[in-house]
Amino acid sequence: MEKNLKIVVLAKQVPDTRNVGKDAMKEDGTVNRAALPAIFNPEDMNALEQALRIKDKIKGTEVILLTMGPSRAADIIREGLFRGADGGILLTDRKFAGADTLATSYAISQAVKKINPDLIIAGRQAIDGDTAQVGPQVAEKMNMPQITYAEEITDLSGGKITVKRRLERGIEIVASSLPVLVTVTASAPECRPRHAKQIMKYKYARTASEEQAGMADTYGHDQDYLKIPEWGFNEIGGDEKDYGLSGSPTKVKKIENIVLQAKESKKLSSSDEDIDMLVKELIASHTIG
Amino acid sequence: MNNIIVFCETDNGKLCDVSLELLTKARDLASKLSCQVEALLIGYNIKDLIPQLYLFGASKVHVADDPRLEFYRTLPFAAIAINLFKQEKPQIALFGATSVGRDLAPRISSALHSGLTADCTSLEIGDHQDKSKEYKNLLYQIRPAFGGNIIATIVNPECRPQMATVREGVMKKEALETPVKGEINELDTNSILMDSDFVVSIIERHMEEKKIDIKGAQIIVAGGFGVGSKENFNLIFELAKVLGAEVGASRAAVDAGFADHARQIGQTGVTVRPKLFISCGISGQIQHTAGMDQSSMIISINCDPEAPIHKIADYAIVGDLNVVIPKIIKSYKQNSK
Repeated sequence: MEKNLKIVVLAKQVPDTRNVGKDAMKEDGTVNRAALPAIFNPEDMNALEQALRIKDKIKGTEVILLTMGPSRAADIIREGLFRGADGGILLTDRKFAGADTLATSYAISQAVKKINPDLIIAGRQAIDGDTAQVGPQVAEKMNMPQITYAEEITDLSGGKITVKRRLERGIEIVASSLPVLVTVTASAPECRPRHAKQIMKYKYARTASEEQAGMADTYGHDQDYLKIPEWGFNEIGGDEKDYGLSGSPTKVKKIENIVLQAKESKKLSSSDEDIDMLVKELIASHTIG
Repeated sequence: MNNIIVFCETDNGKLCDVSLELLTKARDLASKLSCQVEALLIGYNIKDLIPQLYLFGASKVHVADDPRLEFYRTLPFAAIAINLFKQEKPQIALFGATSVGRDLAPRISSALHSGLTADCTSLEIGDHQDKSKEYKNLLYQIRPAFGGNIIATIVNPECRPQMATVREGVMKKEALETPVKGEINELDTNSILMDSDFVVSIIERHMEEKKIDIKGAQIIVAGGFGVGSKENFNLIFELAKVLGAEVGASRAAVDAGFADHARQIGQTGVTVRPKLFISCGISGQIQHTAGMDQSSMIISINCDPEAPIHKIADYAIVGDLNVVIPKIIKSYKQNSK
């Protein structure tokens, strides 16, 4: 008998930058981060759905969510479990802090090697950075082919996967052998909702740190609940200097907050001077150009 | 050695605009660094494109021409670029932020352990101080982050090449008056590529005309009934092109046949929330503004001082759009970069 298929879904907890309206800005025009909820990165949700569809079709498929972040990122593992995933792992360690995309992909690839899946599915990009880099970088570190911009995994059989890609001006259907890393775009089907049975099963799923912090079950039920493993440097090994800040070739030199104009509108005429002033202001604030 | 290499993408036998824009920018960076601009061209039957690369300032064109490279695939393209970068050690490598560039560049950056910044909106040369160390002439990679609410300047002090992707339409495209006298470096694909690079196969491709995507646009220039005619709507398109924006329209303009239905913004069209919304000849009825009033910045152009659109605008220009738009275009061309 063929061995069961193992799929890892890469997911990230992100601030909901899509809902930065005028209300989410502070008086001084900077972002009010506290007003932004932490959510399951939308395209990672699309990725989870693709994994669950495979699980629907192929009996015995195991779907594992892998996320890197602080302990509160366990929330998105629970969210994934409620929607049909079988397990989750939280990659968390102070040594991973300050990582750019490359150091992040190193940590993720070390963890994925330990899981040894047949297929990795991730969202194309996360809404807080929009870089779309971690997927391909993980694939390279795993020495695995990659299929980005996937809209649908149309077939998976006999160790071969067929994927429909959505590009700027059309579609491309590609095939690859396994293992492979696939990144999924927002045009893919939305993720199914939470399932009541899954919520019952996993509502007390906790990481060890959450238990220590007193988030353990207080309702006295006797059923065994899932422990969400937390992996750090000790669990995934590798070269310490390749993690976190020291493993990141890119450094942030400067951050400027975009200061929004006062809400009152400025009245301008169609004179050359007024138009010139406006265009210069827009260029200076990086709104255009 | 230590030059700037621009990955030049082709589409349907033509060089992509974004690649020519990058070459234009690379010339500017190279003159500050006193180095050369080189191009990497990968595909099949592409040698006719080389003279155009000379015209955009590439003094050396590295060409991989092979029937197996007719359509982009990650692994063979990455193998060629990684091999070349290891040999040539460019200090900077630039890619279009297209589905190709955004697939390829991270793969290369991971293999070479070099820093990559996605979707830069500006590239400059400058110095950097890091603890006790001074770095001269680094590439400042400037990009919006956090949903466009901050602007970050990124540097790669230690690792080379310094890599960046840039979206189409962000940089200016300007050919030289006379092409540089360049040379060709033909790459031996047979010695670089292995069978395992072709594990992903393309079964089908369907490419269409570009779809209209106003929802994803960072900047929208929208026209209303006040634009007057379908012909005059070209003015809206012109401004959008210059700013790298998408074109939107009010329902009245769509009903009058000035613009395609896919561009309609408002209650019965799409809701947009761009960084900048420039409203031209739109009165600003609630049915329309419901679809755009959450834009980060709104500029209204309308000759009626009482038009409701002016009340929700950050900048309200009372004037004739036929006068104002050409002035904005002129001023932008003079003042940008």
